[in-house]
Amino acid sequence: MHPYTTDMYEGMLAETVMIQGYNGDTINAYFARPLGPGPFPAVVLIPHMPGWDEWYRETTRRFAHHGYLALSPNIYYRFGHGSPDDVAAKARGSGGVADDSAVADAEGSLRFLKSLPLSNKKVGVFGTCSSGRQAFLSACRLKGFDAAVDCWGGRVIMSKEELTPSRPVSPIEYTKDLYCPLLGLFGEEDENPNPQQVQSMEQELKKYGKTYEFHMYPKAGHGFFYYDRPNYRQEQAVDGWKNLFTFLEKYLGTTP
Amino acid sequence: MCTGIVETAEVSGSGKGPRGWFKLEQVNVSYDHPSDAPLEHALNIDFVNQKEGPSARVAVELSPGSARKLAQAILTALSQVGNSS
Repeated sequence: MHPYTTDMYEGMLAETVMIQGYNGDTINAYFARPLGPGPFPAVVLIPHMPGWDEWYRETTRRFAHHGYLALSPNIYYRFGHGSPDDVAAKARGSGGVADDSAVADAEGSLRFLKSLPLSNKKVGVFGTCSSGRQAFLSACRLKGFDAAVDCWGGRVIMSKEELTPSRPVSPIEYTKDLYCPLLGLFGEEDENPNPQQVQSMEQELKKYGKTYEFHMYPKAGHGFFYYDRPNYRQEQAVDGWKNLFTFLEKYLGTTP
Repeated sequence: MCTGIVETAEVSGSGKGPRGWFKLEQVNVSYDHPSDAPLEHALNIDFVNQKEGPSARVAVELSPGSARKLAQAILTALSQVGNSS
């Protein structure tokens, strides 16, 4: 974590950019970066199911504040434009974002970030809830991420009955292909993923000798980072963020 | 979409959204994280018209108990008027 002192110059640029995603589509993305020549580590933030919403934009800026080139792709782009919750509702009613689409948008984001002269060429992927699952999937199916963060990603383990044409494979099946170290943050009171599912995931990671770090927080459920939701847990969230930035610094390097 | 619980049905009627009344063509019923209701999961109902874009939506997010009451109230009301569609 970049130590801040009151005599420091600080600046940030945050704006909408266009990137190439799934199927060669040009989609919009929210890009925040520290000012300065870098080189900076980078993070892709895949937005969660409530949409490409204010929390994700704030979190994108939070990463930039901590010295990262941070890019959040609008994985809901194909569902049209409107308020984030309306667009997310349309996606939900249509069966959600297909796994291939989310992973390819993450790949486009990775390519965008690595191509920047400001980049130190190390890129992580971050997601929460449904996008925690997509972050895990992207870290398994793509070669190129240097670290992955799955915050309480639901349905990493799917039963056969849960599989759909747009989500044809249970992500856990890809564990053997996990390309980079994985950080997992979970709550003991979460129902999806529940502690048993997290344990199964951990067993699979051990089986394939993967580098991972899991934190299971007591007295926390699903989405304990979301300060605007009833599940917010202050103590666990503060510790979670601390573990997250320590993990990323270890695998992505520090800012100059 | 953490739970993946979504049911859809074609409907006809009208809904009032932020831009006024519009024709309804579909209802999506899900049990998932709500956007506003202070619950981890809610029974979410979206009355939509896909042709008019994402904003053509009338949304409610209900606790499961409230949703059951709503379903019962609808069925009770309809039982008093016979089987008209």
